[in-house]
Amino acid sequence: MEKKIKVLIAKPGLDGHDRGAKVIARGLKEAGMEVVYTGLRQTPEQIVRSAVQEDVDVIGLSILSGAHTYLFPEIMKRLKESNRDDIAVIAGGIIPEDDHKELKDLGIKAVFQPGTPISEIVDFIENEVN
Amino acid sequence: MSDEKLKKTEKDWKDNKYEKTVNRFGERKDEFKSDSGRTVKPLYTPLDLEDIDYEENINYPGKYPFTRGVYPTMYRSKFWTMRQYAGFGNAKETNQRFRYLLDQGQTGLSVAFDLPTQIGYDSDHPLARGEVGKVGVAIDTLADMEVLFDQIPLEEVSTSMTINSPASILLAMYMVVAEKQGVSPDKLAGTIQNDILKEYIARGTYIFPPEPSLRIITDIFEYCSKEMPRWNTISISGYHIREAGSDAVQELAFTIADGIEYVQAAVDIGMDVDQFAPRLSFFFNAQMDLFEEVAKFRAGRRLWAEVMEERFDAKKDKSKMLRFHTQTAGSALTAQQPMNNIMRVTLQALSAVLGGTQSLHTNSYDEALGLPTEDSVKIALRTQQILAHETGSADTIDPMAGSYYVESLTDKFVKEAKEYIDKIDDLGGMAKAIENGFVQREIQESAYQIQKKVENKEKVVVGVNEFTEQESKKAKNLLKVDPEVEKHQIDGLKMIKEKRNDKKVDQALQKVRDAAESEGKNLMYPIIEAVKEYATIGEISDVLRDKFGEYEAKYI
Repeated sequence: MEKKIKVLIAKPGLDGHDRGAKVIARGLKEAGMEVVYTGLRQTPEQIVRSAVQEDVDVIGLSILSGAHTYLFPEIMKRLKESNRDDIAVIAGGIIPEDDHKELKDLGIKAVFQPGTPISEIVDFIENEVN
Repeated sequence: MSDEKLKKTEKDWKDNKYEKTVNRFGERKDEFKSDSGRTVKPLYTPLDLEDIDYEENINYPGKYPFTRGVYPTMYRSKFWTMRQYAGFGNAKETNQRFRYLLDQGQTGLSVAFDLPTQIGYDSDHPLARGEVGKVGVAIDTLADMEVLFDQIPLEEVSTSMTINSPASILLAMYMVVAEKQGVSPDKLAGTIQNDILKEYIARGTYIFPPEPSLRIITDIFEYCSKEMPRWNTISISGYHIREAGSDAVQELAFTIADGIEYVQAAVDIGMDVDQFAPRLSFFFNAQMDLFEEVAKFRAGRRLWAEVMEERFDAKKDKSKMLRFHTQTAGSALTAQQPMNNIMRVTLQALSAVLGGTQSLHTNSYDEALGLPTEDSVKIALRTQQILAHETGSADTIDPMAGSYYVESLTDKFVKEAKEYIDKIDDLGGMAKAIENGFVQREIQESAYQIQKKVENKEKVVVGVNEFTEQESKKAKNLLKVDPEVEKHQIDGLKMIKEKRNDKKVDQALQKVRDAAESEGKNLMYPIIEAVKEYATIGEISDVLRDKFGEYEAKYI
């Protein structure tokens, strides 16, 4: 049997909006992936620790507060320090388009806007991992 | 016409006109469903109102059960309060936005605080990094509040503050700022959100566990009933429950069930229901299904009135009136073709006006992309002004009453929400139902079903899954919070800490601790004293954290 793709869905920072995170988590599960949801208020350290411990293939970051400009670089830096920058990182939420390039330069593979179908995210992850 | 005759004529229409035409031409869909998934019939007639008694279930505006509105004249005397939620960066910038909005004809203020403030952390706390001034204004001490309301006459404006766990601290600061302006607490009008239960369910800015949180809330009820008679002590919020993915009936049922829990908590500490209930207020969402939304607002009024009379034996009319604020649905805004959101907001706002809201926030069209600009906020405010002055929808009271569809929906919503409330009673009340995950599960299931309907196009969202464009136009000039805000805020905090009298701060914090430790003492009084000494939000919250502990969410 083919190994299931494993995804960590994470909520960095103090943002409490997790409808999107939970809907995506369930959608990915129904698409056959193994999904771990961190819950709210995760620090960059906690997220990277969970990702390494759970040995995930992908981290999905969900943020609507605007704090991504500080938190995402921290997460990417720590992944590198843990020698796990092989884990593909994707993001979604309210992330202004002006910031997308900067985030991609950090190594974030994709930034999904509100309204993205789950199937598109599933396809992206499958392509990225395989 | 008698019911019997009507039944005959309706059947006749159905068999000989409707069915025949359907057989020949078909209909657009096999089954028509409302936004919340309820079957919509092709036609509603007086037969759908058979179980409804006008005087008992609907009645006149200003009369129990207030289905048609809480006041006898509604918008014929005064329009709803146009209250745009705003806040970003530091107190000075937000003060400028407030004054701009008041200049543009806005009639009330609504403060958005940043997340560290909402969760009781100072701007220099490690967990605040990257968050300072982002989703709202950063407040650390009284000094920030003084700047926030500089040159705004607090005797004349009413102010709503979206603050929950640290509500008592922000309320204390507001009062002290007013006092410095020469305005006594009894003259202040406004609202604090102060609704912790929906934070556990849907919004996430909780600090303490439910029991001490309820105590803080009832302390505020008690304090305000004595000192701030014009202040709304809580805004029991369905808004965020809906944003988290519930349907209209769940929004209604869970909000009223939250309300029941708060009233019960206050009654349990010996307060007289008529002493505090008149200052409870509510906050609902306005989503896209126009008729369901109008019915929801009308049903909410009737349901609350019945709950207050039947369950809590309230005597005063004011204790039974559901007064509410409405905000248009953030989750209905699309990042694709963002200008379409102006139309969405207009229709949502119309439902709130037709539903008899007391105040309204209209979202800006660019909010799925980032923080709204001054221009987009202005369009949102103008939308309300157009509704008020140009459409006639405010000129007669409850204009949708008597619509066979809306009346039957209103009645159905009351009944369905009651079934939910019964279920929550069986689980031991709302705090228990949240603890066991029932409420969160219901909302998550609904959220997922909505997403599925969008993906299989059962639900069409223009610009998202139909009528899409390859390159949607990007929003220009999104508002950016200056990255220097955090540093400036931390520098400011440091300066205040150097200037204040530390000994007095320590003494004041000790009094907060003493009050927290003894059940009978009201926390508001020592918090006011601490605020006056420029104790920070983080310091006061830490004292309470130390005593009350912190809430840990369980994920389902």
